[in-house]
Amino acid sequence: MLIPHPLLGLRDAQEFTYLGDASLLNRPDASSPDAAVAFFDYVYLRDNPAGVHRELWFHEQGDRSWLIVTRNTLTHEILNAELACESAVKSEVLA
Amino acid sequence: MRYSGFRVIKEALLGQKGWRPLWRDPEPQPRYDYVIVGGGGHGLATAYYLAKTFQKSRIAVLEKGWLGSGNIGRNTTIIRSNYLLPGNEPFYEFSMKLWENLEQETNFNSMVSQRGIINLIHTDAQRDAYRRRGNAMLFAGADAQLLSPNELREMVPFLNYDNARFPIKGGLFQRRAGTARHDGVAWGYARGADMRGVDIIQNCEVTGMRIEGGKVLGVETSRGYIAAGKVGVAVAGSSSRVMSMAGMRLPVESHVLQAFVSEGLKPVIPGVITFGAGHFYVSQSDKGGLVFGGDIDGYNSYAQRGNLPVVEDVLEGGMALMPMIGRARLLRSWGGIMDMSMDGSPIIDRTSVDGLYFNGGWCYGGFKATPASGFAFAHLLATDRPHETATAYRLDRFARGYLIDEKGVGAQPNLH
Repeated sequence: MLIPHPLLGLRDAQEFTYLGDASLLNRPDASSPDAAVAFFDYVYLRDNPAGVHRELWFHEQGDRSWLIVTRNTLTHEILNAELACESAVKSEVLA
Repeated sequence: MRYSGFRVIKEALLGQKGWRPLWRDPEPQPRYDYVIVGGGGHGLATAYYLAKTFQKSRIAVLEKGWLGSGNIGRNTTIIRSNYLLPGNEPFYEFSMKLWENLEQETNFNSMVSQRGIINLIHTDAQRDAYRRRGNAMLFAGADAQLLSPNELREMVPFLNYDNARFPIKGGLFQRRAGTARHDGVAWGYARGADMRGVDIIQNCEVTGMRIEGGKVLGVETSRGYIAAGKVGVAVAGSSSRVMSMAGMRLPVESHVLQAFVSEGLKPVIPGVITFGAGHFYVSQSDKGGLVFGGDIDGYNSYAQRGNLPVVEDVLEGGMALMPMIGRARLLRSWGGIMDMSMDGSPIIDRTSVDGLYFNGGWCYGGFKATPASGFAFAHLLATDRPHETATAYRLDRFARGYLIDEKGVGAQPNLH
C-alpha cells in the first residue's frame, strides 16, 4: 500500500506504524463522572467497519508525523491522508 | 452411513456407487429452538455437540456462503495446547483431548496427526519463559518437554543453529500437538450434526436481528425471517459486522493473516516448528507441501488477502531459520480475516440481549480451539452456564479488568 503523505507524497506503508481507529484521538475527559465507562469504551470497543475506515498511521521511518488515513478495509484502497495535528485543530475549532 | 475399511472395500468392488451426500440441503423452517449463525468449524461443532451431548433438537446452522468457506478452510491446520495462562491452558488442553478422539467421535477421517510442535529458544530469558510455560502446561494436564540443543539437532538437523542474531539454544516440545485436515473437521462435524437432525442451511446470510424488549426473537436472512429461541453467533472474522445488527460494539478488530504453501516435497519436516523471534512457523502437510506463515499484516482488513511486505517478512524468516526452504517453490498464498480481540484471547459468553450468545475473538488461534469452542458454546447455549474450562472467556472481562493477555501487550490488537 502507498500512503499519500500530505507533505512527502506517496510513501510505502512499510515506513509507517499502525495504531488503529482515528477515534483514538478523542480521549475522554478523565475528570468527568462517567470517566470509567468512557475510558472502557475508548480503550476496548471499536466500530471495526467493513468499508471506509479512518485510522491512525505513524510515519516512524519518515518524518515522524501522525497521519489520519482514510482507507477501505474491504479493498485496501486508500482514499485520503491528512496530518493528524491539522485534523485535531480543525475538530477543536468546530467544537 | 458409517465409514469403515470394510465399507471402502465394498464400494471399490461395487463401482463406488453407494456413497451418498454427507448432509441434506433443507429449506429453512419458520422457527427453531437454536439458530447458530456461521457454518464454519466452530458453528458446526456447536451444533454437533448441542445435538449429541446436550440432546437438543430443532437446531439450524445458517451459513452465508458454502459450508466451511471461512477460516476453517484458510488456516494452517495446527492443533496444540501450549498456552501459559490459567484462563487459557485448561480450555486448549480440553480441546486437545477432544482432537485425540475426534475421528472416533464423528466417524470421519479428520487426519489428526500428533507429530509434535517445537517452539524454538534463542536466549536464556526465553528458556526461562518456556520452562515456566511448560510447567503451566503440565499443571493443566498437558504434556511438555524442554529440549536441549543436542536433542533438537537430532530431531530437526536442518535448522540454522548458528544464526548470528537468533542462535538456536533449544526448544519447548509438545509431543501431542500436531496437525489435522481442516476441511475434514468441518465436514465431520457437519455430517454428524446433520445425522442428528440439525438443519445446515447454506447460502443463507443473516441480514438483521429482530430484538424486542431486550430479547432476541429471530433473525432476518436472505432466505426470509427465521424465529429462534436462542441465537448463537460464531462468525469469527465478521463478528463486529454481525453483532452490530444487535447494536453492539465489540472489543475486536478484524485483521488479515496470510498463509503459504510450497510445492509438494518428500517428508522433510517431522512436526510443527515455530520461530517466534523471526515471525515464522512451518509444518508439512500430508500431501508434502510446506505450510507456513507469520504475523498478521497489522492493519484493519476484511479483504481476505494481504500485502507483499508481509510475504517478504515471512519468507525472510523461513530463509533465516531453514535455508533449504529457498530451494522450494511457493505454490499458493492466501489470507483470512481474524477477530483480533483486545487481549488476544477469545470470548464465549452471553450478551446484554436475552437469548443472544456470542463466540468469537479467536485471533489467529481459532482452528485448534474448534472442538472445545463448539463444546463450550453448546454448553453455554444449552445450560446458560459457561463450560468449566471457558469461565474466563467473558465478554465483560475488559470492563472488569480481568484480561487474559497471553502476550502482555495490552489493548493493541495488531501486536497480539
